[in-house]
Amino acid sequence: MIPQFLWDHAPAMTVAVPLLAAFLCPLIGKFTATGRKAWVLAAAAATSALALFTAWRVYTMGTWVYVFGATVPNLSVPPDSGGIPIRIIFEVDAMSALMLVIVAIVGFSVILYSLSADGKRSGLEGYYTLFLLLIASIVGMVSTGDLFNFFVFFEISGLASAALVAYRVEAGRAVEAGLKYFVVSTLAGIFMLFVIAILYGQYNALNIAMLASRMQFTMLDKIALVLIIGALATKAGSVPMHFWTPDAYALAPSSVTALLVVASQASLYGLFRLIFTLYNLSLNAATVGWVLIILGVLSMFVGVTMAIPQKDVKRLMAYHAISQTGYMLLGVGTGLAVLGNVAMLDAFGRMAMEGGIFHIINHAIYKGLLFLTAGAIIYRVGTRDMNRMGGLGHRMKWTMIFFMIGALAIAGIPPFNGFASKLMIYESVYLFNPVLAIIAMVVSILTLASFVKVFHSIFMGPQLPEYEHVEEAPTAMLWGMGILAALVILFGLFPQQVVDSLITPAANALLDQSGYLASILGGA
Amino acid sequence: MFANLPYLTVVVLTVIGLSIILLKRNMVKVTMGLNILTSAVNLLIIVLGYREGGIAPIYTLAPQTYMVLPTPQALCLTSIVIGVATTALLLSFTMVIYRKYGTVNVAEMRELKE
Repeated sequence: MIPQFLWDHAPAMTVAVPLLAAFLCPLIGKFTATGRKAWVLAAAAATSALALFTAWRVYTMGTWVYVFGATVPNLSVPPDSGGIPIRIIFEVDAMSALMLVIVAIVGFSVILYSLSADGKRSGLEGYYTLFLLLIASIVGMVSTGDLFNFFVFFEISGLASAALVAYRVEAGRAVEAGLKYFVVSTLAGIFMLFVIAILYGQYNALNIAMLASRMQFTMLDKIALVLIIGALATKAGSVPMHFWTPDAYALAPSSVTALLVVASQASLYGLFRLIFTLYNLSLNAATVGWVLIILGVLSMFVGVTMAIPQKDVKRLMAYHAISQTGYMLLGVGTGLAVLGNVAMLDAFGRMAMEGGIFHIINHAIYKGLLFLTAGAIIYRVGTRDMNRMGGLGHRMKWTMIFFMIGALAIAGIPPFNGFASKLMIYESVYLFNPVLAIIAMVVSILTLASFVKVFHSIFMGPQLPEYEHVEEAPTAMLWGMGILAALVILFGLFPQQVVDSLITPAANALLDQSGYLASILGGA
Repeated sequence: MFANLPYLTVVVLTVIGLSIILLKRNMVKVTMGLNILTSAVNLLIIVLGYREGGIAPIYTLAPQTYMVLPTPQALCLTSIVIGVATTALLLSFTMVIYRKYGTVNVAEMRELKE
């Protein structure tokens, strides 16, 4: 039923399809605008289908190694190479597959939404090119097994997202936000290149598995680790390197913001991948784990306290995005801190990591949903200032319901998905250090308080005269939001099934360094 | 001493690049700083692959097999191409901002700081 070339080449095609489709966009748009819409939607659907197929195969049949340009697509170490993996290698394990699922879901809903929300803007030739380019780069970042390849996709994602943030070029502020983001992102990219130089100079390899097998953890490797954490935590938007996040998230078009969240999480994935797979036990797990935990707690707390006084609805949500990133760092950091201790790892470390990883997918879905609802409101009302909104619940019922679902999910209220992952984090982190769990709960309560305020000031109250003729958001936008809202509820109602089928394999893949190495280097 | 000269150059370029990025407020100069920093890293990569007395790694009719490493050169080339794209985008942002705000000084871009 599934053609043979998909069985052989799906990981490569998941990158190739959006990449090629991106550059055909302007050409097709020259002739017909409707054709371009159809083309973009088809490309997004094809990418999502390929990503889901790849993920499905990884979950059922184990890690998928794909070697570019090899005679046999999974021949990572050719017999005449002397045991060294040459060529660019994609290695999709369960953790990468989880990220692919996220890209597939959010990418498709966001494109669907964007076709309607941004349809009337000028300069759409470049817009969708950048959009598909960003999707391609995220897919590349999460599936590659090569450090330099990771850097290239990292830079592509930086370029595409900065250009998209600054897309509304007529407002100088958007360009200011784009500039800020891009300087930070370029600096992070240079750090990554520096890391590559350091590691290549010592171990003569670029393949992550090969590097990991030769890792000595010298002084230089420690410097490289610091640069990795600095660069990737910056791109993930963690406090104290968060300053670009509110500007970029607030001023990008809403559909872009929802995708930027996923791009940030791809950087977070890179951070976890390099720490767990490249270094693993060779580093001082407790120290690095605590570094991640402290970054996480700071992000959680600073993010939410900065969010409360905001008046701009998207800026507020951006600060909450920082705060939620903290939960992921806290969960995975706790797992890392007890990495060397098997008893503690089994008692709560694994669960903390599963909670953190589960929160990545939940966050991508509900935060994407919230940004899309904010976009729908701004699309109809024309302002981002919450003090000037009010009573929109009378006219925008579906948007209100979707917003409510997203807001309750982010605040960790059952039965929505945010509750499921936050509960796992609370329970396991409490066993590790009760204070951290209490901070996490307090942050959750503050989040709820903040969203109650937002909900009240946007939707409640009497109908304002200036918004009497506001209409419900267009159908395509509602469908984009609806997909995400349905998933929020689905993941919230059946958390155990999701954890068993998606999250536990991902956490195990992250912890199992020798398995990652073996699938590239053979039994070595 | 002489063999370490390229590495010393890398250090000097890194310090110059970083201090420009941190201390200068003119966007054009910050872009230059980023470029200098990229050059420093590119030079480091090239130097790591250099072998004293090695020839270009082309096997066809090669007079000897003692060659410099080809991979760092490929990496460096890719990095240069990315650097060009980065610089172009940064400068075009600067251009738009100059048109809107009438300044390229980051300290005077205060629209987002209210």
